[in-house]
Formats: sequence, structure tokens, C-alpha cells
Amino acid sequence: MTQADLSLSAAATLEDDRVRAVRSTRRSPGMVENTPLLNLATHVILLMGMVMLLFPMYLVFNAATLSLVEVNSQPTRLTPGDQFWVNIQEAWFSRDFGQKFINSLIVAVGVVTGKIFIACITAFGLVFFDHRLRKPIFWAVFLTLMLPLEVRIVPTYAVAANALQPFQAMLDWSGISWLIRSVSGIEVALEWNLLNSYTGLILPLVATATGTFLYRQFFMTIPDELVEAAKMDGAGPLRFLAEILVPLSRTNIAALATIMFVYSWNQYLWPLLIITDPSYGVVAVELGKLVPDTNSTGGAIPNWNIAMAGTLIVTVPPILVVVFMQRWFVRGLINTDK
Amino acid sequence: MAKIDIRKVRKMYGKDEVIHGVDLRINKGEFVVILGPSGCGKSTLLRMIAGLEDISGGEIAIGGTVVNNLEPRQRGCAMVFQNYALYPHMTVAENIGYALKVAGMKKSDRLVKVAAVARSVGLEEFLDRKPGQLSGGQRQRVAMARAIIREPKVFLFDEPLSNLDAKLRVQMRHEIRRIHNRIKATSVFVTHDQHEGMTLADRMVIMNKGTIDQVGTPEDVYDRPATTYVAGFIGSPAMNFLDGQVDYDRGGVVLGDGTVMRLAKMPQVVNGTMVQLGLRPETLGLAGAGRGALDVTFEFAEELGSGRLYHVRHEDIPLTVMMAEKHRFTEGDRLSLVVNDATLHLFDAATGKRIEMTVMDRVKETA
Repeated sequence: MTQADLSLSAAATLEDDRVRAVRSTRRSPGMVENTPLLNLATHVILLMGMVMLLFPMYLVFNAATLSLVEVNSQPTRLTPGDQFWVNIQEAWFSRDFGQKFINSLIVAVGVVTGKIFIACITAFGLVFFDHRLRKPIFWAVFLTLMLPLEVRIVPTYAVAANALQPFQAMLDWSGISWLIRSVSGIEVALEWNLLNSYTGLILPLVATATGTFLYRQFFMTIPDELVEAAKMDGAGPLRFLAEILVPLSRTNIAALATIMFVYSWNQYLWPLLIITDPSYGVVAVELGKLVPDTNSTGGAIPNWNIAMAGTLIVTVPPILVVVFMQRWFVRGLINTDK
Repeated sequence: MAKIDIRKVRKMYGKDEVIHGVDLRINKGEFVVILGPSGCGKSTLLRMIAGLEDISGGEIAIGGTVVNNLEPRQRGCAMVFQNYALYPHMTVAENIGYALKVAGMKKSDRLVKVAAVARSVGLEEFLDRKPGQLSGGQRQRVAMARAIIREPKVFLFDEPLSNLDAKLRVQMRHEIRRIHNRIKATSVFVTHDQHEGMTLADRMVIMNKGTIDQVGTPEDVYDRPATTYVAGFIGSPAMNFLDGQVDYDRGGVVLGDGTVMRLAKMPQVVNGTMVQLGLRPETLGLAGAGRGALDVTFEFAEELGSGRLYHVRHEDIPLTVMMAEKHRFTEGDRLSLVVNDATLHLFDAATGKRIEMTVMDRVKETA
């Protein structure tokens, strides 16, 4: 794919280039106006936006290069100092970021994989199979968009503390526990503790309404004839999913993976709640502990330079993911924007 | 290769019946074209043969096996779709070979077969391309190759040429005919284009609102249309119709204004039957006023290159005449229609059914 193609991806909005022909060399008509003054104004506005976005990032980087004294001096120094590597090392080793990075990666990859799998298979069931529960299920999934983790965090914690609790409740209500106890004398007590485990970090984050929705929208753009052609060729539903839908939804997967990687990398509240064993700690929580307050500095001068160095370290993986996935990411979102 | 038997087949969508008990037998190796306007049920019928639509009533048998409850893949049909329905992410070779891959054929065997089939449809240079990089005609060829490679018992075509431009359409039409002549698979081809139907078909099936009006060779259907619907649908420009009444005493059909259209042979109906007279534009001629069978007024002419299409009126009835000769008439010219009475078609006005004519005329008259 050439650079010219990339700039055209916006023009491909109306034409799903994976399903239809790739008209790679054609420029989009319309929307292209030749007005120098307007162009200038547009660029000025864009530049202002860029400065507003990048300046805080620069401040972070700048602070990370200063010494403890410099970072706390007034007025704030706006030119980089020479303490960058010192600060980075200090942040990395003082908080054991190595282990945290591995943990966060495991969680992020687990969440991303889980989300893509669940979203894909759910949307597949919703779009390609005609059954009575189609609409209710879709709306049920859709409703969960309104219930982010923060809202349901207490019940989720209860479940994580014993993932089999709902089943236990069912057994108790239905009288099966009582039956088993009176017949065999065994007390049924199901328990599966997810606290302080990777499973516990990953599972509650895996369900995704956004992803399901994204996939549903994409699947609905698949022409009926393609489904029928696959039927005629003898491909069953799972084969159709694996060999035709999944390859076709590569860009969707990339888009979803990018968003969800950043999302799970940045998870703070949930890990903070369920992880007490530091060997399962994740970067976001650890970063929080770097932020100077009376606890961490013991009333000494706030070491913002170290905190900012830590911030830089933690920001790198999401940035890398976005940079490498950007091309696919944009196409994946554009294609569903119909 | 197999015959297809369609017995009393019905299709309901909810409470609406769109196909009303169709009977049809398609012989082994035959090329049958199902022709009709959009919404007549022709595609639905084809899709029921393919297994893409449920059969609401009756049964369909392919090669003697009733297939009502078989999955599409078990029916041994291959289908070419209107929009080609190629897999966009697969190369031409993968597209063509996909059915074999699903069937579990080894990759090496598959490649050999794909190459052979691709060569037969002129695609060998494009095997590594994606469908997006092909022209419409080439994509159509891939769709054909994908069907051919399975060596199906039955080929099904769902308006496969309607997305191509006029020139390519003719080319692909010839190609389809050539392929059929070579592999002789039973083929069912659905189209709304009568030229496609006439040129491709061994036999044509004309459908109208969920029923079959006529089954016959293209020649049959053109020469002896079974209903006014078929008569009006087949032939271009369309057939002219005149209302009248059979009158044996005056030796023909009396039109509304009293003009008598003489018939060479007498129809097998009782005297006084209300009829519709069908006149094909290409069998008619024009002459000076009073010299032909029917007085007409000239309106305008359309140039066809090889001839002209003259639009005239008799009373309020518009008529078209196609002639190779190019005359210059002006609007309002009084002319008359020259009719070759051997080429007239007669239909019962009440039922729309064709009325046969015989030379044993006077018998009826006296009876």
C-alpha cells in the first residue's frame, strides 16, 4: 500500500474497498476546493489544536529531564535539562516497572484477545442467524454500554471474590443444595476466587458492547450474495466465519485491538481494587503510586521529575501500538462509519 | 449432469404466495432460460432449486432425488450470482478453488484443477490477483470458473450478465454458450433480458406473476406465443394489439370502427368471440391511404440504422411498424397498414390465451 493510497482512505468512506473494487488511483470529486485563504485558516486552526494537544506532553517530557531542584523552581523552566536517563532509571527501578510491564502486557493482550473473540462471535450470531432472540440479545448487549465497570464495580467485585457465587445462589434457591446435603451429607460450597490473579484482571473487562456493535455494523455490510456463495461452495457457518468473515474484518480487528489495548493498559480502578499482591500489580496503579503526595515523599519536596519520567515510560507502549496500528485502525473505523 | 423436476412448487412469504404451483421438467444437459420481468418469481424459483430459499409447497428433484430438505452443498448445484459474489480477500486462484478446499481436496491436486479451469475461461494470467483488481468481465469469468470447477450436476445463473455493459454482455453470452456446448451441464439461467433468453436457450420458460405462461424453444415462443402476455413480452419492438370480434360472415375480425381484418385461416372459436389481434411490427408495412388493410395516421419515426420504426395511429390506438425501407412521411400523413394475414396472432380477449387457426374454416361457420 502506497502513501497515496493512505491519503485516499477518507475518500473510500462510501466504498468499502475490501468488498468492492480497489480504485486506488482515483481522486474523490467534490470536497476539494481551491480557496487559499480558507486553506490558510484551516491550517492555522489545525496548528493551534496541535499545540494545545502537544504542549502538555512537552511539559511531561521537560519535567522528566530536570533535577529535583530544577523541577520545583519558580518560574518553571521550559527548556530540557540533562537528568533524563537518571530520572528514567530512578522511576523504573524504584517501582519495579519491569514486572508491572509484563503484568500489564499480559492483561492487555488477554483483554484484547478476549474482547475480539467475544465481540466477533456475538455479532456473528446476531447478524447471520435468524432467530427470535436476535433483537432482545442485541438490545441487552447494547444496554451494557450504559453500565461501565465503574457502575457495576461492587457486584463485579463480589463475583470476582467467588466467581461461582451466582451458581451457588441458583443451587441454593432451587433446593438442589439442600437435596445434595440431605442425600449425601455433603455441603455444596462452590468457590473460585479471582482476586490477585490474571484471570481476575482480565475476565471482568472482556465483555464489550462497543466491539460487538462495531462487528455487527461491519457484518451487516457483507452482501447476502457472499453468504450464499459460501453456502453454495459448501462452507458451513464456522468455516464461513473463520475463512471469510475474519479475514475480511482484519481492519476491524486492528481498530478494536488498538482501542482496547489502550483501554486495558490504562485500567486503574479495577486492578487497584482486586490486586493486593504486588507481583500482580499493573503499570497504571504503580504510576499512581509515583505521584508525589505526603505519603510517598513523607513531606519532602515533591519529586515530579521522577513521576513524569514514570509517566513517559508508561505512555510508550500505547503510543507504539497506535503508531503501528494507525493505518489499519483508521480504515477499520471508517469502514463502519456508514 | 442431471434432470430437474419441479412439481407443484409454491413459495409463500408469510401469507403472500409469490409462486403458485409451478410444474417444470428440465432435461439432462439442457440450457433452460427462465424469463420474466422483475418480481415474477423467476429468481425465487432458481433460489429454491439452489437451496437458498425454502420450498413452501410441492417438491423439487434433481437427478431423481427430492432435494427439498437438502442443504445447498448437498444438491450438487453451482451458482453464478449477479454481483459475482467473489471473496474479496482471496486471489482468483483461491476463489476458484475454494469449493474444492472446503471439500477437502489436497492443495497440489487443487492447484492443477484450478489452473486447468482458469485456462479454459482465459484467466491463467490473473490467478494471483484479487477480485478488486479485475474488470467486470474478468470477475464474471472467475464466477463462472468457480462454478465449473465443481463439476456440478446443475448450473444456476441468476442474472449473471446484468452488471456488464452492453458489449461485454454479448461477449459473455457467447462465452456461456460455448462453455455449455463444451461441458453440457444442465443449466438454468434467469434473466429479464429477452435477447439473452432467445440467444442462449434451448428452451425458454416465460414466467408471469408467479406462474409459468409458456415453455418452449425460442422459435416456438416467438412464432406461437401462448398468451397475450408472452406475445407482448417477447419480440422487440413489442407486438401491436387490436381489439375485435370474430365474424365468419365477413371473413375475419371486425374492429371497433367496423374495419374488417381478413384472416387467411379461420380460428377455432365460435362466431362472435371477442378477440385480440396481435401484429408484430416487423411483419407490417405501410402504403398510401386506402391501399392496405387498415387506415392509419403517421406520427413520427425512429431511426434504427438498419431500418426505421414508424409510429402510427389507428383511431386512438398507437401502432408500430418496422421496415427496412426508409420513407419520409410527415406528421398527420394518411397511410394504410399492409398486413400479411399469415403472420397474424389471435388471442381470446377474455382469457388472453392463444387461439389456433386452421384452414378447415367453413366447417365452423356452418356449424
